[in-house]
Amino acid sequence: MENNKSYFGEIGAAIKTLATGMKVTLIEYFTPKVTEQYPENRKTTLHVAQRHRGRLVFKRNEDESHNCVACTMCEKACPNDTIKITAHMEEDPETGRKKKKLDDYQYDLGDCMFCQLCVNACNFDAIEFTNDFENSVFDRNKLVCHLDKEVYKGGSLPNILDGGAPLTIGKFNTKTK
Amino acid sequence: MFDFSIVTKWFDALLSQTLGLPSFWTILIECVLIGLLVLTAYALICIVLIFMERKVCAYFQCRVGPMRVGPWGIFQVFADVLKMLIKEIFTVDKSDKLLYAIAPFLVMIASVGTFSFLPWNKGMHILDFNVGIFLVTAISSIGVLGVFLAGWGSNNKYSVVSAMRAAVQMISYEVSLGLCLICAVILTGTMQMSGIIEAQTGPWKWLIIQGHIPAIIAFIVFLIAGNAEANRGPFDLGEAESELTAGYHTEYSGMGFGYYYLAEYLNLFVISGLASAVFLGGWAPLNVGITGFDNLMNMIPGFVWFFGKTFMLVWILMWVRWTFPRLRIDNLLKLEWKYLMPLMLFVLVLTTCCVAFGLTF
Ligand code: SF4
Ligand code: SF4
Repeated sequence: MENNKSYFGEIGAAIKTLATGMKVTLIEYFTPKVTEQYPENRKTTLHVAQRHRGRLVFKRNEDESHNCVACTMCEKACPNDTIKITAHMEEDPETGRKKKKLDDYQYDLGDCMFCQLCVNACNFDAIEFTNDFENSVFDRNKLVCHLDKEVYKGGSLPNILDGGAPLTIGKFNTKTK
Repeated sequence: MFDFSIVTKWFDALLSQTLGLPSFWTILIECVLIGLLVLTAYALICIVLIFMERKVCAYFQCRVGPMRVGPWGIFQVFADVLKMLIKEIFTVDKSDKLLYAIAPFLVMIASVGTFSFLPWNKGMHILDFNVGIFLVTAISSIGVLGVFLAGWGSNNKYSVVSAMRAAVQMISYEVSLGLCLICAVILTGTMQMSGIIEAQTGPWKWLIIQGHIPAIIAFIVFLIAGNAEANRGPFDLGEAESELTAGYHTEYSGMGFGYYYLAEYLNLFVISGLASAVFLGGWAPLNVGITGFDNLMNMIPGFVWFFGKTFMLVWILMWVRWTFPRLRIDNLLKLEWKYLMPLMLFVLVLTTCCVAFGLTF
């Protein structure tokens, strides 16, 4: 508001702006609420976008093998030292060529800041983010995952990988348990 | 219209005549009973208000509010009270122990004191002096002391700053508040609470209609000043969380803080109650001069009218609180001293002229 108004002009302008504010909140009072009632709606109306970065997993081929060649590009890209890769060199008995073999792919979920730099750094399309977000545990050590050891199949919630229920905003979710 | 004084008279007669108690004991028993009733009502209304505030605030901000404890979250307040009761109460080193301890009680005394003036029903006033309105403003000022002593006694410079701001604000707004009430006194010709309501019974007799323009302005100013007086947003400078973390009650824990919290909500109710009593007729039903309609309205008990009007005003004040951002201290004082107070002085003259020339309904 400009400050060059007269005493009464200011009063008029003030009343106008105040009334505008009151109008906005009154409309808001009657609009449907957007709050999601979380544990109630986890099986019904919960929507989690597929590209939501919940945690890192290995992509799996049909035979459940993974693409990681232990090149440590992801480890180097990670600003947090979240990923720790241990590998050793192994000679292929047929061809005689030396190849790096992955021993352990340690991913500490508690350290990750979900920046996706590791996924971008990977040239072999070996890792991806899943939208499975329920990661709460009582002990931080439980958050240390070994991605090469686990075969990740679906989330902890039904059809969460497809994004759960379709996205609807403004539905009061408690009653639809 | 049901007259509650029948009940009180009966009870008085029961004690003094049927039981034959001397007047000292009669009065003592009655005082204790009334005191208990007032405190119970105080606590109950406070619970309702806190719950209401949280829900209303949530709805204004497009969220749901407490939902976990009990269906629709109705037991949340009880859970919070329990939490507050089991918190440790500590005192601050090198604080003024006495002032620190009595400050919450001063705030409570002011709040319960003004609370007792509210006219619940016909014949159901707890305190009904012939200078009632005058006394309300006097007793409500004790709260300023409580707020200021809390800040002063805490041995915390931020609390002192906050207490000074709160005190300055409450003292300033008391001026317009008093002027609004004086307008009502001029219009009704009495300072007694029951008299003010009595003057508003009958068709189109609510003060806001009776006194038309000056009364409406006084009513609005009363709500604004009352909101500031109760230290509520947008005038809640006293507890500017973002700037001072909490304000004058920073150093209070557990129920010490709880009292301030309680008093804040009850002050909201008291202000709304006073506004509804003085300007909207209190327990007086809506009468329009058509006999059938009036009789129907008179069937509704007075306290329903009173609570209806009061909670409507409470809702409006909450609406205001959750709409506007907090004011800066200089803006706040500017609003009072440059706008509200001169306006009210003008309205005072206007009211007097209206009454003098018989321009009221
Ligand atoms: S998302 Fe970021 S922080 Fe997390 S593992 Fe990948 S690079 Fe590290
Ligand atoms: S996940 Fe990708 S970037 Fe990381 S070590 Fe394996 S192949 Fe290399």
